[in-house]
Amino acid sequence: MKLRFRLNDEDKELDVEPFRRLLDVLREDLHLTGSKEGCGEGECGACTVLIDGAPVNSCLVPVAQLDGHDIRTIEGLARQGTDGEVLLDEVQQALVSFGGTQCGICTPGIALCASAALTREPNADRARLRELLAGNLCRCTGYQLIIDALVDAASTRRGNSKR
Amino acid sequence: MTDWIRPTSLAEAVDARRDHPDYLVLAGGTDVMVGAIDRPAPIGVIDIFGLPELCVCEHDDEGRLRLGAGMSYAHLLGDARVAAAAPALVESAREIGALQIQARGTLGGNLGTCSPVGDTLPVLLALDAEIELRGPDGTRWLPVDDFCTGYRTTALAADELIVSVRLPVDSSSREQVWRKVGTRRAQSISKVMLCASTHRRDDGRLADVRIGLGAIAARPLRARATEAVLEGALPDGPLAARAAQAVLNDIAPIDDVRSRADYRRATTARLIRRWVLHLAQTSTTTNTGS
Repeated sequence: MKLRFRLNDEDKELDVEPFRRLLDVLREDLHLTGSKEGCGEGECGACTVLIDGAPVNSCLVPVAQLDGHDIRTIEGLARQGTDGEVLLDEVQQALVSFGGTQCGICTPGIALCASAALTREPNADRARLRELLAGNLCRCTGYQLIIDALVDAASTRRGNSKR
Repeated sequence: MTDWIRPTSLAEAVDARRDHPDYLVLAGGTDVMVGAIDRPAPIGVIDIFGLPELCVCEHDDEGRLRLGAGMSYAHLLGDARVAAAAPALVESAREIGALQIQARGTLGGNLGTCSPVGDTLPVLLALDAEIELRGPDGTRWLPVDDFCTGYRTTALAADELIVSVRLPVDSSSREQVWRKVGTRRAQSISKVMLCASTHRRDDGRLADVRIGLGAIAARPLRARATEAVLEGALPDGPLAARAAQAVLNDIAPIDDVRSRADYRRATTARLIRRWVLHLAQTSTTTNTGS
């Protein structure tokens, strides 16, 4: 089945078996291996990608449902500066600064989910951030440094938007 | 290769269902895609996710709120009309999965799967919602209690689609309560669910009591014996105890990976008792004890 969609700001055309999982098509056909498979049943959030700006579990989306939609994976979260330099999203930068990561399997999903959540709810506080990230499990960190990072990213974004 | 049909209107979807009763009807995929990788792909899919006619939310001429079967939990959470008519439905939607599941899971999907742990089903039972089914011969409406027929089985015919859910006009004036017991607020599959709703007469007595329960039998069900105990009664401590006893006759829980039958019995009784005690405490009529 032929599909057309937007992937990380680029138009894509793909001819694929329509019932395949988006996660597998991203990793195996498009070689975007940033999206991870944790549980494979929509519990852990490691495979989170954004469809039309909303976080979803790519292990539960048949690829045919991408047709006509806009997808962002972790590979497309950072932007490119005018000199070609990589400009990390505020959430990515905070995860780096705070050490809000350990083995790294959950990190792409957390960065995407948090980035999308903060776009919709820029004033989310610590408690609300915990709730918004409830669909992303981390077996390493105990969450504290992740949430610390996200609180900081929220404040950075609010500061940037005032400028 | 799986044949993929994406109807652009409800009429097209109904035709596709008539022509291909053996195809999988797919909305957000949060139920049917679990474990799909271990099963053969379906021969065909009728993909109705996001079909505009299934995403409407509107009051009908008689003031009943009609919710499109394709509304996602995120939709339900963001709609003020749903919050006004059915706060318990909003509360249940908030505890389904997390953002990722709420973006894709739909009201119609929860009904179609008809799992005993479907989180919106006790709410729809406690509000006495009606389900709109459409097939080649037209539309029929079924009370949700008749729609759910057993363990993951429904009254949906092989050529019908779930189109919408209609809430009775009196929903917004009902006192509604939603309680979910699970291991964690997000992402957890329920051990026991309760949704209860009632009116109160001027004398403080309960009227038209309805209780929906989940995860305590093969299908979500109405607690009819308990409702009978509460109907027309004045909520107080002894009534709470009697209702908590009665509910044990309404349910048939099992031991499974998530909980045990005896825990489910004890918890259901406690949820009922606490609800009736809450009603007693929030009674606006002075209880003279007569």
